[in-house]
Amino acid sequence: MIHLQTARRWLRKRHSVLPGFGLTLGFAMLYLSLLVLIPLSSLFVKSASLSWADFWNTVSDPRVLASFRLTFGAALAAALVNAVFGLIVTWVLVRYSFFGKRLVDAMIDLPFAMPTAVSGITLTALFVKTRGLGKLLYDWFGLEVAYTPLGIMIALVFIGLPFVVRTLQPALEDLDLDIEESAASLGATRFQTFRLVIFPAILPALLTGFALSFARALGEYGSVVFIAGNQPGKTEIAPLLIMNKLEDFHYREAAAIAVILLLASFLILLFINIVQWWSRRYAI
Amino acid sequence: MSIEVQNIRKTFGSFTALDGVSLTVGAGELVALLGPSGSGKTTLLRIIAGLEQSDPGSGPILFHDEDVGGRRIGDRAVGFVFQHYALFRHMTVFDNVAFGLRVRPRKSRPSDALIRHKVDQLLQLVQLDTFATRYPHQLSGGQRQRVALARALAIEPKVLLLDEPFGALDAKVRQELRRWLRRLHDEIHVTSVFVTHDQEEALELADRVVVMNEGRIEQIGAPDEVFHHPATEFVMNFLGQVNLFGGRVEEGKIHFSTVAFDAPEHAQLQNQPVKVFIRPHEFEVGEFTDGQTCIRATISRINSAGPNVRLLLMAETGESLSVELPQERFRQLKLQAGSQVYLTPRGLKVFGDDYVI
Amino acid sequence: MPSEQPKARKPRRGEAVTEPLWIRCALTAVALGFLGLLLMLPLAAIFVQAFEKGWEAYLAALTDPETIAAIRLTLLVAAVAVPLNTVFGVAAAWAISKFEFPGKNLLTTLIDLPYSVSPVIAGMIFVLLFAPGGWFGPWLEAIHLKIIFAVPGMILATLFVTFPFVARELIPLMQSQGIEEEEAARALGAGGWQIFWRVTLPNIKWGLLYGIILCNARCMGEFGAVSVVSGVALTLTLQVESLYKQNMTAAFAVASLLTLLGVVTLVLKSLLEWKIPKQTAEEAMGYCGD
Repeated sequence: MIHLQTARRWLRKRHSVLPGFGLTLGFAMLYLSLLVLIPLSSLFVKSASLSWADFWNTVSDPRVLASFRLTFGAALAAALVNAVFGLIVTWVLVRYSFFGKRLVDAMIDLPFAMPTAVSGITLTALFVKTRGLGKLLYDWFGLEVAYTPLGIMIALVFIGLPFVVRTLQPALEDLDLDIEESAASLGATRFQTFRLVIFPAILPALLTGFALSFARALGEYGSVVFIAGNQPGKTEIAPLLIMNKLEDFHYREAAAIAVILLLASFLILLFINIVQWWSRRYAI
Repeated sequence: MSIEVQNIRKTFGSFTALDGVSLTVGAGELVALLGPSGSGKTTLLRIIAGLEQSDPGSGPILFHDEDVGGRRIGDRAVGFVFQHYALFRHMTVFDNVAFGLRVRPRKSRPSDALIRHKVDQLLQLVQLDTFATRYPHQLSGGQRQRVALARALAIEPKVLLLDEPFGALDAKVRQELRRWLRRLHDEIHVTSVFVTHDQEEALELADRVVVMNEGRIEQIGAPDEVFHHPATEFVMNFLGQVNLFGGRVEEGKIHFSTVAFDAPEHAQLQNQPVKVFIRPHEFEVGEFTDGQTCIRATISRINSAGPNVRLLLMAETGESLSVELPQERFRQLKLQAGSQVYLTPRGLKVFGDDYVI
Repeated sequence: MPSEQPKARKPRRGEAVTEPLWIRCALTAVALGFLGLLLMLPLAAIFVQAFEKGWEAYLAALTDPETIAAIRLTLLVAAVAVPLNTVFGVAAAWAISKFEFPGKNLLTTLIDLPYSVSPVIAGMIFVLLFAPGGWFGPWLEAIHLKIIFAVPGMILATLFVTFPFVARELIPLMQSQGIEEEEAARALGAGGWQIFWRVTLPNIKWGLLYGIILCNARCMGEFGAVSVVSGVALTLTLQVESLYKQNMTAAFAVASLLTLLGVVTLVLKSLLEWKIPKQTAEEAMGYCGD
């Protein structure tokens, strides 16, 4: 029955009476090709002009490796922090009521809405050890945040939080109350209900949010570049290294590093798609 | 185990869901809470279960004469079956049914072998033993509902509560599942309360029916009692179709439409307006008048598909009437749209203000 | 069956399935503390820094000729990029949501592609294309056209990073609306443009506006991509960077302007979220206890 319906809908759309298919699809494809596909392909063509050995030498250079380690490490740490705190924040936003909730909910998108350069200089100014919060942290705990990997991670937490919250929020809102009630009626404690019933149900969304936050952090530039110390080998993130290579007209090396970053992004995208497919497996 | 609730009140904001409800369910009984949306039946069920707290000032909730009002749902030993099944969709049928046993504190948790044995037994009981490894999305609606039931029974509840258990199912599956549930209840005899807005379901399945409206209980009784002897106008109206006449009692007679009946039992209602209800099947249809007790009417529509023939008529006094008669009688009378007939009420129900026969 | 009475009950949160009060309080405190430190504190810091030297310094920073020029350039970039991406978004959403064709899923995925590209890479690909050593470099030099390290390059890079915003917002919205209304309009004799202006557009206007606002915010706020291809002329975000090295207060004054843009975007976004119908699963299921 369902197959028949989809088939019928498909047929109907094929022979759609609506106009504009050729025009809109043609324009969309042309625009997509000119603006996105051709420019992106230039990156791969450029890096393909390197031999394998050159490519390998470029990306295995200690400075490059250090930047990858820093970028991936900080991005992963930030995504983990976001997964944990994002879950708590989303839970509180969806489940509890408190004064100013709508405002707080709207504020979650602040990192999306603020230009990254602004976030960057602000976080840096907050965390330099000579003044304000940064001075407090330094004086009391001996903690240096700005110009260290910790600072990079904090900037990436800032930029990645909305991804986790906005992915989890609908999943948590859509969770049927009655599955929790039935767990309670069967004698489960609140913690058992969370662990055995709620958490498995929202895990795909949590993983997706985590991955989105991780992917964003890998490529992030504006909010990190100010707070990172930008010392080669120590606090130089991969996007900044690309920038530096470009400034020195080392286009091929820049392309090689960029290809690695891009491939990592695509892998994460693939991971997200797998998670989405996996999460639909039990859909009723 | 018996259930007794006294003077239960519940408000949601300005809306009164339950307005002082008291009810006793005997041990092993199967009772239906019947009423329209917003009548408070689900709220009452949820309060009995412990999913909802009654308002302060309400009376106690007694299970076998023990007040459980302060206990959480998990400590009340109730099995609750949800309208939309509420199965855990990432667990197999087996794991769903085993859930209530596996979450017990370590001390009282049965061994894995015992759990397996018990779940297998329950799945046999609900005739799903071959489905143990399936996931909820691989089952039909009726099968899911049976899993939900098995899951609720796994914790050996003293009381089984079902919220619109067949509400989300097709008409045919509903019928089958209804009979199956009745047989199951006769087998295991656990005290059960179910909520429904379908009067047919309540009348067919339950030992006793509790008819609710606007947060109050209108009538409690066996199915044929509430059907044949409705206590209130609402019950009369809610359980099946009715024809309504405005009437008047004068000198021991009820006058309505063009007819008058002796009603010595209404003698004290001098010159009072009353409402007269007659069910569609309680009319005698004839071609000739027999004097005073007939209503003359014209047939406007005939629907003869079904076990009985349903007529839509216009009385000469202007009321629109619906009448049911057996197929043979219909053929005998050779009725057609436009024919004129005489209707003789065989039974009627009279309600005055706060007054009922 | 009796006729159903209108539902008088509000949806309720289950009383039996919430956490103990102390856990609720603790979690709320953790969440609000985290958000306060991570979001509110930086937001406040921007304005504190911007006004550190008083109103006059603030106004002086904003009326500086270089800043004025940066505002102009930012507006120019947005004025080109937003309409172009809006037209693309509507066209792509029309083709994808109203018709079936092979490769549709691939197209949808490709539209999302710029989201997963680092801004630095987004700028860099245009350098590879148009820089003197790039694919079109020699040809551009021959006709004395400068794209990279100039305004056209900044516009291109901005177009790239803001490419998916409108399309992404419209595609799911238009897919959920189906094609019945458009077909009905067609059956009543409406032409293509009439259908679009009178039937489709009124249905998607809030979603479209939402997409445009997000697209605009990103246009004006983009930093990494334009930074790669920028030359002498600076947009506001580049101006912030340039000032940051010389005059912190001035940098934060300009940053406060961009922050205001972000806050206005957030407010508009929240208002629009009220307008765009959001069907919760519960409503869709017709959840009814009695």
